[in-house]
Amino acid sequence: MGSVYRARDLHFPNVVKLVAVKEMINMAPDPLVRQTIVQNFEREANLLATLNHPSIPRIYDYLSLENRSYLILEFIHGKDLETVIQDSNGFIPEDQVISWAVQLCDVLSYLHGHKPDPIIFRDMKPSNVMINHNGDVVLVDFGIAKAFQVGQKGTMIGTEGYSPPEQYRGEANQFADIYSLGATLHHTLTRRDPRMEPPFSFAERPIRRINSNVSTELETVINTALQYNPSERFPNITAMKDALIGVARKTGMLSKITSALPTGAGSIKPLWSFKCEDEIRSTPILYQGSLFIGCYDNNLYSLNAADGQFQWKYAAEGGIVTRPALYDNNIYFGSEDKRLHVISARTGKVVWTYYTEGKVRSSPRVAEGHVFFGSDDNDLHAVNVNSGRAVWKFATDAPVHSTPLVVNELVYVGSESGAFYAIDFRGTLKWRFMAKRAITSSPALKGQSIFFGALDSMLYCVDMKNGWAIWKYRLGKGSVSSPAVSDDYVFIGAADGFIYCVDINTSKEIWRFKTDNQVSSSPAIYKDSLYCGSVDGYLYCLEYRTGRLRWKFESKGAITGSPLVFDDIVYIGSTDHHVYALFA
Amino acid sequence: MADFFRKLFKKEQPAPSQPPFVDSVTTQPLSEQQISAIMSGSVPRYEMKQLIASAGQSVGKQRDHNEDSLLAITSTISGSGESIPFGLYIVADGMGGHQFGEVASNAAVRIIAGHILKKFHSFLYNLPTQILQEPLQEVMEESIRDAHRYVQREAPGSGTTVTAALVLGQQVTIAHVGDSRAYALYTDGRIDTITRDHSLVKRLEELGHLSKDEAVNFPHRNVLIRALGQGESLEADIFTIPFPSPGYLLICSDGLWGVVNDQEVYRAVSEAPNLPGACQTLIEAANIAGGPDNISVIIAQMIG
Repeated sequence: MGSVYRARDLHFPNVVKLVAVKEMINMAPDPLVRQTIVQNFEREANLLATLNHPSIPRIYDYLSLENRSYLILEFIHGKDLETVIQDSNGFIPEDQVISWAVQLCDVLSYLHGHKPDPIIFRDMKPSNVMINHNGDVVLVDFGIAKAFQVGQKGTMIGTEGYSPPEQYRGEANQFADIYSLGATLHHTLTRRDPRMEPPFSFAERPIRRINSNVSTELETVINTALQYNPSERFPNITAMKDALIGVARKTGMLSKITSALPTGAGSIKPLWSFKCEDEIRSTPILYQGSLFIGCYDNNLYSLNAADGQFQWKYAAEGGIVTRPALYDNNIYFGSEDKRLHVISARTGKVVWTYYTEGKVRSSPRVAEGHVFFGSDDNDLHAVNVNSGRAVWKFATDAPVHSTPLVVNELVYVGSESGAFYAIDFRGTLKWRFMAKRAITSSPALKGQSIFFGALDSMLYCVDMKNGWAIWKYRLGKGSVSSPAVSDDYVFIGAADGFIYCVDINTSKEIWRFKTDNQVSSSPAIYKDSLYCGSVDGYLYCLEYRTGRLRWKFESKGAITGSPLVFDDIVYIGSTDHHVYALFA
Repeated sequence: MADFFRKLFKKEQPAPSQPPFVDSVTTQPLSEQQISAIMSGSVPRYEMKQLIASAGQSVGKQRDHNEDSLLAITSTISGSGESIPFGLYIVADGMGGHQFGEVASNAAVRIIAGHILKKFHSFLYNLPTQILQEPLQEVMEESIRDAHRYVQREAPGSGTTVTAALVLGQQVTIAHVGDSRAYALYTDGRIDTITRDHSLVKRLEELGHLSKDEAVNFPHRNVLIRALGQGESLEADIFTIPFPSPGYLLICSDGLWGVVNDQEVYRAVSEAPNLPGACQTLIEAANIAGGPDNISVIIAQMIG
């Protein structure tokens, strides 16, 4: 601990010669330790006295008196960089920062090249950089005061913020100075004080996200300096200076920026494709080597999953947007002809049909001997699979497009009014949750939480037992996509064109991936990939933990249905009338 | 499960009047330890899930005043149909000179609890007219933000850790800043540290710059990188997980976890006759280990 005084050198009585006097108080209680501190101080002062560089203040003298030591050095007219940052309105221009940075590289290079031993500054930060009256930088506070700081006891708050990770293990070499210079420049350009942030979190605050005036080239230089791993930073300060000069010239010296290009579109060839007579907006299912998919041409198709050969089709009297369900060798699906159709998976012959009062766009769910589905007649229907008769109907106040989820003897479903219901097997309401707009999305379950999207631009997480909201995550626009869950992540598409990945425990965004149009399709997870269609016509395959694009496949129309992945093959329908099978 | 077996073996079920072969089979007798383990493991069965909790505090052996604060509230929200267990448990460990540490921890606990309980007031103490619109994680986040602003304003320079757990039904939502900890102790012996310390040593460990052993001897173990009341904006860790069941939720300040290791904590909790006994044992263990800091502990359990 100590102070710096502005003092006048009275050796020169006729002129005003100002000097800076840095006072350090020796607080060590043990006399031996105190003596060591003084010796170290004097050794360093002697060392500094031998330095000669325009960016290093000159040392005139030093002395120790009782428990205080003094260093008398050149007085710098100017302000330290921290004050400069604080006093400036807005961001300091990039070329100004680069010019200071280059000077700082020069002085560090001088220190690192010191013989016989290199000098490591160890404490590069804005408050130790003076900007003198000429606008040039001067490094002050050569860590001499360090020895005087007696370790604090008890729980402390805060940390330096500018020091690299390895410095906390007592390692300080030229790479530490490179890191700290990077941290100083980051602070200068972003005005975000790293002492107020978690240590080593610069990567979480990309410079250009805070200050978009900064060039990508300069950001790259600073990011390189700020690598956790010393070997990934610049090999020496001169290399950093060269890079900075390169930025200044904008000559593109930094061409090493690697951009991992994904496999281009077009190189993905489908295994097979099958053409229907109208748009496909539904999702296929697979059973015993056959693929079943509904189409807007009113047919449900049965195709050979291996080669896409047509097997049979069953004609309903309205378009089919629902995903079929399978139970006991029969296929269940709803149609806009207001009916639930049940047909044999083998022959395609009708087993029974069930009439509702509205179009059926909710996909059926079979559980416990009953089939549950919603209809535009505002009811959720529970129908016995053997008799084909309604067991009960649960009246909501709007059409039900969402697909019910059945678990632990409760049926969960959303409605177009924004209500979300939990209904028991007797058809009585257990609890209800209200979103602000329609819930077309179908619920997904993980642990004790239920996830669904809504047109109010929210992804909701509610407690399956009692319907209390645990969190909500704001999407860019509304969503009709149904969430998929894997590990601790929930994935959902939205009308803003993004596919989102959100942590289910913390509701924090993990990544988002931009497509070029609405994402109405629901993501499917298979192995370590996520598959999802977009209205931009593509089926995307992303690495689900990072959101990195693996490949994309272009169809000739919007993809609003959802992919099915089985045995390393993805099946997807498109509004270009085709069903495609692709290698996953 | 029991029902299932009963159904399955309905016909073979022997009449209770004729117990067969009672004395003709020799079995290995259970040791005292096994018996007590079984006894302590057999929690009373209730028809409904119920939440119970206990707490304990000590100033320790080396400090002259207490900068820790704690709060433990356990209740039930009676609804139509079924009752929902409700619990709010907070531990805060204040720091900063001039006795501001206790001001910070105290204020944090009151403001956070006050904010949350206001939201639940009508469910706990009145007749609710409508369901809670705000998600639980947002309620927690706001309460932390309120407390953060208050501490910055009223006790500048100080700060506090906060680990707050809101139990609702079978899930627990946690808000956490600093290096107090929440653990999930399962009856099968698993110990999960649910929270992540916001300390320099932990950060360095996560980045691979310190090994586990180096971390133990790291000189700046007590340096926090995030504390309520510190920094302009505060980002607390907020997450929701299933309540550890069968098992315990344990929240404590570093006065406990810093001196009593996980295994000892587990043993103390699993061998204690009841939760107050467990808290007492843990505090004694920390004091026997030197009691270098204030000690606070809360243990909650879902029974039934």
